[in-house]
Amino acid sequence: MLKISTPKTAKSKRVLEKRAPKLVENGKKTLILQGTKTSNILNSVLTEIYHLKRDSAVRFTRKNENIRPFESGGETSLEFFSLKTDCSLFVFGSHSKKRPNNIVIGRTYDHHIYDLVEVGVENFKTMDSFSYEKKIAPHVGSKPFFAFIGEGFESIEELKHLKEVLLDLFRGEVVENLNLAGVDRVFVCTAVSSNRVFFTHCALRLKRSGTIVPRMELVEVGPSMDLVIRRHRLPNDSLRKEAMKTSAEKPKKKEKNVSRDAVQGKIGKIYIPDQKVGGMALSNKVKGLKRERRESKLKNSAGDHRSKKQKSDSN
Amino acid sequence: MELQEQKYQMVQIDLGNLMAYDRHHHFPSVPSERGELVKECLQKGTELVQAIADVLFNLPSTEDRDGPIVQLPPPTTRLPREKHLPKPKPPTKWELFAQKKGIKKRKKDKIVYDEQTGTWKRRYGYDRVNDDKDVPIIETKMTDEPGEDPFAKRKEEKKKRVEKQEKNRLQNLKQAVKVGALPSHVQLAATALPITGTQSAPKKVTKDELGNVAGMAATSTASGGKFDKKLPGEKPAKHPGKYRKFLPVVEGTGMGSQEKQQTDKVLSKLLSKHSHEILDVNKAVTMFNVKKEKKRKNQQGKFSSTSSKLKPKKAAHKKSSKKGFSKKGSSKGQTK
Repeated sequence: MLKISTPKTAKSKRVLEKRAPKLVENGKKTLILQGTKTSNILNSVLTEIYHLKRDSAVRFTRKNENIRPFESGGETSLEFFSLKTDCSLFVFGSHSKKRPNNIVIGRTYDHHIYDLVEVGVENFKTMDSFSYEKKIAPHVGSKPFFAFIGEGFESIEELKHLKEVLLDLFRGEVVENLNLAGVDRVFVCTAVSSNRVFFTHCALRLKRSGTIVPRMELVEVGPSMDLVIRRHRLPNDSLRKEAMKTSAEKPKKKEKNVSRDAVQGKIGKIYIPDQKVGGMALSNKVKGLKRERRESKLKNSAGDHRSKKQKSDSN
Repeated sequence: MELQEQKYQMVQIDLGNLMAYDRHHHFPSVPSERGELVKECLQKGTELVQAIADVLFNLPSTEDRDGPIVQLPPPTTRLPREKHLPKPKPPTKWELFAQKKGIKKRKKDKIVYDEQTGTWKRRYGYDRVNDDKDVPIIETKMTDEPGEDPFAKRKEEKKKRVEKQEKNRLQNLKQAVKVGALPSHVQLAATALPITGTQSAPKKVTKDELGNVAGMAATSTASGGKFDKKLPGEKPAKHPGKYRKFLPVVEGTGMGSQEKQQTDKVLSKLLSKHSHEILDVNKAVTMFNVKKEKKRKNQQGKFSSTSSKLKPKKAAHKKSSKKGFSKKGSSKGQTK
């Protein structure tokens, strides 16, 4: 016997609709969690990543014993968490003698593991260790620039994968309109060798130059670390093809307040709010004042909407 | 133009992601000093970011109060989706039928004129047309049976219609689940599994019943449930599982001989089994009187030499005879 259950409150319905598969998706959320053993460095790495992605990340602080991303049975917990928190990216930190300061960055597709990259963190410097002016500190949630340096990112399989994953992780939401005044951060990744990437986060300072384009200056602010690639798992081809599918059709936006009539053709409706005649501000043209005062008043009140008390001029 | 092309060849720019990638750079020798490495990376990074900014700030921008807003092109690097593409939901049974017949949807008004009350009412909902409440009189027809309540009949019919609609809706949703296109706010939950053949409602199990069942399950284990791990708060089993009581080897003071009592019990049971159940009251009365007389005789005279050993047996016999008498026992009462 099956029973249809629908959400009882409007809020729960909105939550369900937000998490449903859509044509144009929401920004990916990240789940940050750790395994049985962590080190100090690892803890601070995870915390810093959480701070970088504040609004779009979920941080779990307990240790999880049964998560082993690279083993076949150890992914069920991760998939369950991904389902419950609606996160499609995860950063799993663990520390062991064989793999010190280990981070596994993974992505999920339909709440099943899509691909994994395992990196070790070395030479980690926290955000606190950098000193800079407060003004240029990047705001939370601003869209970052990315700079990838090195031919290794194209030639070496693992580095290519890492590049894609890092882009996905720190990208933020895909926006159509960008405010140029709000660009203030950049992630710089350099392929130092075939298995080592130097990753750092810098703030941008826009300096005035002669042209429209300002001169960019990088100031290191954020965490900087060396990522040593250990293992990785690519998605299988069929899954990859399915995940990369995009629909060519754009979602039809219904034109509002427009209707078609057989006789009159296209008709539009305009809604005007009620005019509160009693509460409207009177015009600033004061007939009672002398000419100079009138003119000076006009000059002053261009753009000033404060309703001034009218001085009764006995002069 | 040439300079731009040259630059482009060196650096790949993905404007939608604000990303720049320099593929021709390689470290001839990795600087051993960390500071040197950092400086070089930052320098290269600056170049790349400048390249992006060059293109970005030259885009047509609209002025807003916070700053210039540009329209970014869609990103060129393709990244995987997080969920599958939404599948279109399959047409429902009614939709298929309507398509076949060519029935088109008609826009219905929300407010309809109600003939019954003569006012404008909603088509559905709180104060609606053709509501069952508003019907004051139902005229009888020739086909009506005498004992039927037409109002109740209307209610039942409506209930049946609603049930049918719910069933159809469930069928449509099941079809959608098969395709994988269940609407996001609907969930199909399984209720209790039915017993094949019957449609019994799931019975609510009482606490005692649960306890009994748990006890039975426990004792059906190999060790009789003695070593099972008990949950916190679980009470010990009601039947401790000891069904044989052995007499103590050494008899203590106080109560009479337990062994004697035990044998008595066994004996009486045996004898009562072999005797018949029906009690002949008259015979019982006769026997009682006989016994009384004998007792009087004994009391008057000396103690009978016949051992007391016999007496208990007699008593047992008497008991049994009291309990059960054969049918042959005469019904005619012989009262003295």
